Formats: sequence, structure tokens, C-alpha cells
Amino acid sequence: MIKVLKKTAQAGFEEKNDLIVEVSPLQAESGIIIELQSPVKNQYGSHIETLIKDTVAAEGFSDVQVNVSDKGAWDYTIKARIIAALERGMA
Amino acid sequence: MKNAVGREIPAHISGISNTRLYEGTSAYTPAHTGAGKKLRAGKPHTDKILKSIDEAIEKTGLKNGQTISFHHHLRNGDYVMKMVMECIAAKGIKDITIASSSLSPCHDFLIDYIRDGTVTALESSGLRGQLGKYLTKNPGALKKPTIIRSHGGRARAIEAGELHIDTAFMAAPTCDRQGNATGRIGKSAFGSMGYAMIDAAYADKVVLITDNLVNDPVYPYSIPQTQVDYIVPVEAIGDPEGIASGAIRITKSPTQLLIAEYAAEVMDETGVLKDGFSMQMGSGGASLAAAKFIREKMEDQNITGSFGIGGITGIFADMLKDGLFKACYDAQTFDTTAVKSLSENPNHIEISASFYANPWNAGPIVNDLDVVILSATEVDLDFNVNVITDSNGICMGASGGHSDTAAGAALTIIVVPLIRGRLPMIRNHVQNVVTPGDDVDVIITERGLAINPKRTDLIEKLKDSKLPIMKIEDLQQLAYAFVGKPEEIKLSDDDRDIVAVVEYRDGSILDVIRKPLV
Amino acid sequence: MMNDPKTRLRRTMMFVPGNSPKMINSADIYGADSLMFDVEDAIAVTEKDTARYLVANALKTLKFHSETVVRINHPTQTPFGIDDLKVILPAKPDMIRLPKVEDVSEVELVTGEIERVEKENGWPEGTINIIGAIESVKGLYNVREICRHPRLIAIALGAEDFIANLKTQRTKTGIELYYARSQILMAARDAEIQCMDTVFSDVRDMEGFEREVTNSRDMGFDGKSVIHPKQITEVHRIYTPDDKQLTHALKVLAAFDDSLKNHKGVLAVDGKMIDGPIVVRAQRIVDQAKAAGIDVEKKREEI
Repeated sequence: MIKVLKKTAQAGFEEKNDLIVEVSPLQAESGIIIELQSPVKNQYGSHIETLIKDTVAAEGFSDVQVNVSDKGAWDYTIKARIIAALERGMA
Repeated sequence: MKNAVGREIPAHISGISNTRLYEGTSAYTPAHTGAGKKLRAGKPHTDKILKSIDEAIEKTGLKNGQTISFHHHLRNGDYVMKMVMECIAAKGIKDITIASSSLSPCHDFLIDYIRDGTVTALESSGLRGQLGKYLTKNPGALKKPTIIRSHGGRARAIEAGELHIDTAFMAAPTCDRQGNATGRIGKSAFGSMGYAMIDAAYADKVVLITDNLVNDPVYPYSIPQTQVDYIVPVEAIGDPEGIASGAIRITKSPTQLLIAEYAAEVMDETGVLKDGFSMQMGSGGASLAAAKFIREKMEDQNITGSFGIGGITGIFADMLKDGLFKACYDAQTFDTTAVKSLSENPNHIEISASFYANPWNAGPIVNDLDVVILSATEVDLDFNVNVITDSNGICMGASGGHSDTAAGAALTIIVVPLIRGRLPMIRNHVQNVVTPGDDVDVIITERGLAINPKRTDLIEKLKDSKLPIMKIEDLQQLAYAFVGKPEEIKLSDDDRDIVAVVEYRDGSILDVIRKPLV
Repeated sequence: MMNDPKTRLRRTMMFVPGNSPKMINSADIYGADSLMFDVEDAIAVTEKDTARYLVANALKTLKFHSETVVRINHPTQTPFGIDDLKVILPAKPDMIRLPKVEDVSEVELVTGEIERVEKENGWPEGTINIIGAIESVKGLYNVREICRHPRLIAIALGAEDFIANLKTQRTKTGIELYYARSQILMAARDAEIQCMDTVFSDVRDMEGFEREVTNSRDMGFDGKSVIHPKQITEVHRIYTPDDKQLTHALKVLAAFDDSLKNHKGVLAVDGKMIDGPIVVRAQRIVDQAKAAGIDVEKKREEI
């Protein structure tokens, strides 16, 4: 079942190895749009974008704007912050 | 052409006359005679004191296209280079090569003088700050790539005549009216004048710039009056805050302490820690922190070392004072405690950069090192070390004494975090080679240690060790398991985009730094 | 045998704030026997959700050498505990730390959640166990019953809240905790489970720390909760048997093996009678020595 985000929400902190994720609802058929800022964009940019997309989709959302301000977070942290932000956006 | 560390070096680099490729750590033996000293005849009863830097530039006859030099003992507190460059620019002199023993973020102002053509070439131990970023992104801003040399390599280049200095502008914390100078006293005291000694001995003209001109004879002096042409008194040569930190303390970072503890343990288990041993520690967090654990082991086992070399900090000066070592050789003094030690402790010996590390004299002191502990920006599977560029290819560091001490020491230990932020620090190939893997014996990270497979003796000695020793490939995979494999950054292969040439200490070309395409 | 959850070494259990990726990333490198990821007191009420997802994802993704423990919020006294379990349990920590436990019914509640998740995932019963923390007088009065619950494999003292409850403060002598420590230990030994001492929060005072750890070791505690990596080495040092103890323990075990093989009835080492508990204690000393990196096999040959 496709979930529709209710509101804009944030999770995470501006700390080393962490990131701030902001998710916002988009109109139907918009898809998952990602804006990524990261100090490791040259090395991991496309990997992180795929991870974001896959995580959002796995949580059941299809039309979400995801803004990420990364500080060198590892995959598990990126995933955890996205899940938390999406859950907050449904509250 | 590929050199002996597998780096592709163009046969000819525009503006660089040197074409000798790196062939190995001790492949080259010089057979020629070095630079001679320009003779000049000082007249009796003439005053060397000038009113201004402007007057000094007039008197030295500085012209377009010449090379001037500075030392970096004032570190990030240096005022002298800026004062001199302002005068040179105001006089409209162009096309100057600056050969500084190193550059700090306080030299970012050079960008303006590069833009207006006052400065057209740099030779330095390193490039940092905004200047490093600017030159990495705009290699065409200078007429030729920056030449990066180690401290020993620079002393060698000067003595061999490869780096000819027309005028040396040397900051002096204290000097007398004849030009006998010392860094031990004065409001801007920075300790050893080790790098300045070479410039003063070989430059055609030597100008001392001081904020403590004294009438009484200065003794002991680091630069003798026989080498000094002019003296310019100024209000201040530097910002004390930037020159020497207060006592440098051992890091509180648990990760760095863990790495440091492993380093001390390796020294212990390989038998390095014994009476009469000699060592050098880098000034970085984990390498300096090793002192804490080395000290504990020396005290526990009742060991007295022979000497230390530096880059001396108060941490080592205290070990000297407490009798753990017999002497220390100091080419650069890092903190106020160590400056005080140099003045007061007769066993704290000031040395020149050539005495320290020049591979082309009969015996620099690094050749007698039993062990050196050095940090790294990154390392690779061949044990090569990079300390000059970051993971995005931007110049942000300095060669320093890294390759010099690694070449001299019987045991070279590199301490580096396995992962910085998200980036694994064991690469397939380092961004740039500063120290060749042939001179690196053990790499220590917070999650494991790797021994250079060529050091079968060390592998044997550590075979029953409880230390987490593994193959370097496995250590790299361990990092990848946490953060994944990074993509390589793309570099320009246009030879006009060569930012810098990294010389090995013998003057051969070890690597070129290319502009990243991002 | 060393990794049997009931008997494995737990000399140190290091607190790791559950919402700090930086600290979680490096938690495993300092050699703590157990890591306790905290989503309780270290986390503000507004961030309970993000912390539990972070810890759960860390447990699913990172490989830890140490045993993993998650301190959840109290399942009945706070609105967060049950949600913590829902997110954390599927990530398969080795243990749940139940804070401020006052009644065995709370242990039963958590056990129910664990059993459900174990069944759903087809994990054997006992995959996830519980360590309780006594942090109030009421909890202390019920500690014997709490300790006897079969899912509870260790009990800890949480001193900060306990001291507040007592209306006093921590002292250097530890007099204020003497009764609680003794009671909890007795209950743990009665129930044959492990017992962990509380944290020592002044990380700069290593002398005070050494004194306290030595005392709790001598009282009989199996280990210490720690809050800083530098405390780990110190606890492990204090919990490392000395040469004399190890030699004796190895002799006891050798004599015991010999008696089993050769069907001897009575055995003695150095003129002293050996019985069951002495053998168990000897094994424990050998385990501690091994964990501390002592080459026990070499020592065994030397004897």
C-alpha cells in the first residue's frame, strides 16, 4: 500500500557522522526527489542517493522530497534518520 | 613514464627543468659538487641597520624574476612575508618566486599577489588553507607547478644549487647590531632556527627582520653575523598566538589514544624499546600521544633512550628533563615549554634542516633513528603515504620531515584512523605519494595493524603478538564493510593542469599533483 | 562456553548514547565485554523515536565483537518502553536492559515481547535475554523475586536514581550503597545469575575509580558499568587474576580432570581439599585470564 506523507518533518543532528534529513510531501506522480549535500559526494554521492530512494520506497512512499545535509554518516545512520523523518511526517 | 612508485610522470613538465624520476629510496648517489656561496666584502664600521623593509629591497637590488625565501618558524603567526610582499608589490616588482620552507593559512594573502603577477612561482614544503584550494583549482595561476620538497629535500636542493635564493628575508626573534640572531628569546621567540640556517648560509643576500634588536652581543646565535647583510627592526614579526601554542597537550580522543597505545606496544614487542634507543614522534594527535605510553613503558622497564629528534614539543622536552633521554636534536620547536627547554637545557641541541635530514651530506641525524611515529592523511595497499592532498585532491598539507625520517628510521610506524568521517583511509592508491611504501614498516589504525610484507623480520617478531595484526588488504576490507567502497575522484590528465611536483628527498620526481575534475 | 549468555565474561558494560552515530561507530574498538546502547536517560523525550531507529539500524548493520545490550525506557512508567521494544527487538540485541525494575511483572512483560519476536523470526528461545537494573528502594525490596525470573540472566545496580531515592549522595567510601550492593549480590548469587556494579561517573578520578572497582570485585561483582573507554582497561586490569591465582586455578583444574579420568574420589591441591565450588571458581579465574590476553596454555605447560 502506498503511503502519503502528511507533512514536512525532520530527523537527525548536525554532528559528525550524522545527517539532517528533511522530508516533504509532493504531489502524486512526482516521484522521490533528492537534494544531497555531503562532504563525501565525490566518493559516495550516487550510492547515498540510491540508498535514500530505496529506503523511502521500502517504507511505502512514492512522492517525497528528501533534502539531506550529510556530515559523513554511514549507511545505517542515513537509513535510520530517513525512517524516523518519514514516521514523524505521518504523525 | 612510470616511476618506481608506479606514478605516471610526464617526460617534460612545463617550467620544470628537473626530469629525474624517482627510482627508489636510495637509488641515486650524487657525484658532483654543490653550490658555492656568493662572496661579499663587509666594510669596517658600517651599519647594517636599515630603516625599513623598503630600503632593504632597494639595497639588495631585488629585480623581476628573482627568488626570495622565508622560513616558517613563525608558523601561522607570521607577519614577515606579508610585510615584505606588500613592499615588493608597491615597488612594482613582478615575477617573483617565493621559496618558503613552508606555508600556513596566514599566507592566504598570496592569492592576491599571484593574481596580479607579483608572485609567479612557489617552492614549499606544503600548501594549505585558501591558497592550497585556490592553486589546486587554478593551476594556471602560476607560471609553473609548485615544487613540494621535504625539509631534508629543501636543504639538499639549496646546498646542491638546485634552489638558488637571491634574497632571504629571515624573521629573527632577537638579534644584535651585527646580525647574530637567535630564536630563543624575544617577544616572538619560537625556538630553533633550523630552517633559517640554510637560507642564511646560501642566499646571495640575507636580510634579518627583527622585533628585538639588542645592543649587547647575542650568544649563542643560530645565524652568525658573517652571513647577514642587512637588519630591519619592525614593531612585530608575528602574532605570538599563532607562533607557538602554549604547552601542547596529549589528545583526549580515545581513538587516538588507542592507536598511540598500539604504537608503543609495537615498539615494545619488536625490541625497539631498549637502552640507548632513539626516536622521533610527529606532532599530530596519535603520534604525539604515543609519548604517554612510551614513557610508561620506559619507566616500568627502567630504560634510558639516547636521543630524540624534532619537531620538539614540551612533551618530549619533559622526557629529556626527566632523564628518559640523553639529548634531543631540534630543527623546529613547537610549543612554549620546548622553547624554554632549548634555552635552559644544555642537552637540548639546536640543529639545521641539513643536519636534520639532508640526504646529501655525510650523515643527517635521521639516519640514526631507531623508530619514528608519523601520522598520515591516507595510506595505500603498497604502504605509500600521502600527507599533502585530501581525499578530494585538494592541497591541504605539507611534506615536512615525513619522507626524511621514514627513510632514516629503522622502524617507521604510521598512525592513521581506518575511517575518517565516512572515508576509508587505506586506498588502493593514495591520491599522492609523499613517502614511498618501501620506507614504511607498520600501519596502525584503531581497528587493526598491518605490517609491510617486505619486513619479514617484524612479522616474525610479532607472530605471537596479541595485537590485532592483519593483512593490509583485510584491514581495507574491514573499513569497506562499515562504509562501502568509495569511488575514485577524477583528475585532469591535461599536463597544463599539474598543480605541483612532489620531489622525493633526493630531488627525483616522486609524483605530480593534478587538478581534480569536480 | 565463554559465550554462553549466562556465564560469559561481563567485566565491563560500556554505556553508549543511543543517538550519537559517532560514538556508536567507534564503540566496538575499545574492547568492552558488553556495549550498552542507551535510549533511556541519555535521550531527550523528543528524540526517543530517532534514537531507537538509530540503535536498531546499527544493530542490524554493524558487526560488533562485543555483546550488545540496549537500555530501553521503562515499559510501564514511561510511554516509550513498549515502542522501544517493537523497534529494537527485531534488530536482535543480545540483551535488553530493563531500567528501574521494581517488580517481577515488569520482567514478565518484557519477556512476553521478546518471546513473541523470537517466535516470529524463528529464533531459539533465549536468543535475547534481560539484565535488570535496581534503581529504587522498592526494586531492592523485590530483588530476590526479580532475579529468579528465568529470562533475567544478570542484575545491575543503578546508583544515581537509587541515591536520589535514599535522599543522600555518592561518597568516596561508598557507605551509602553498601547495603544495596550486598543485597543485590546475595539475590544474584541465590538465583545463580551475574551481577554488575553501577557506574563511576567522574572519569578524571582514576584513583577513586580503581578503589571502587577493587572493592566491588572483592565484594563479588562480576563486572562494572563504565562510561568512558579509559575505564575499560582499568577494570580489565583489576579483574585479571595474578600469576599466583592463575597457577593455583590451573592446578585445581588439572587435578579435577585427573580425578574424572582416573575415577578418584577425593582430590587435593597443595594439601587442600578440592570440591565443586573450588573447581567452578578455578574455571572462572582461567576464563578471566584468557579474556585478559594471558597465554593460559603456555602457563599450563609450565606447571
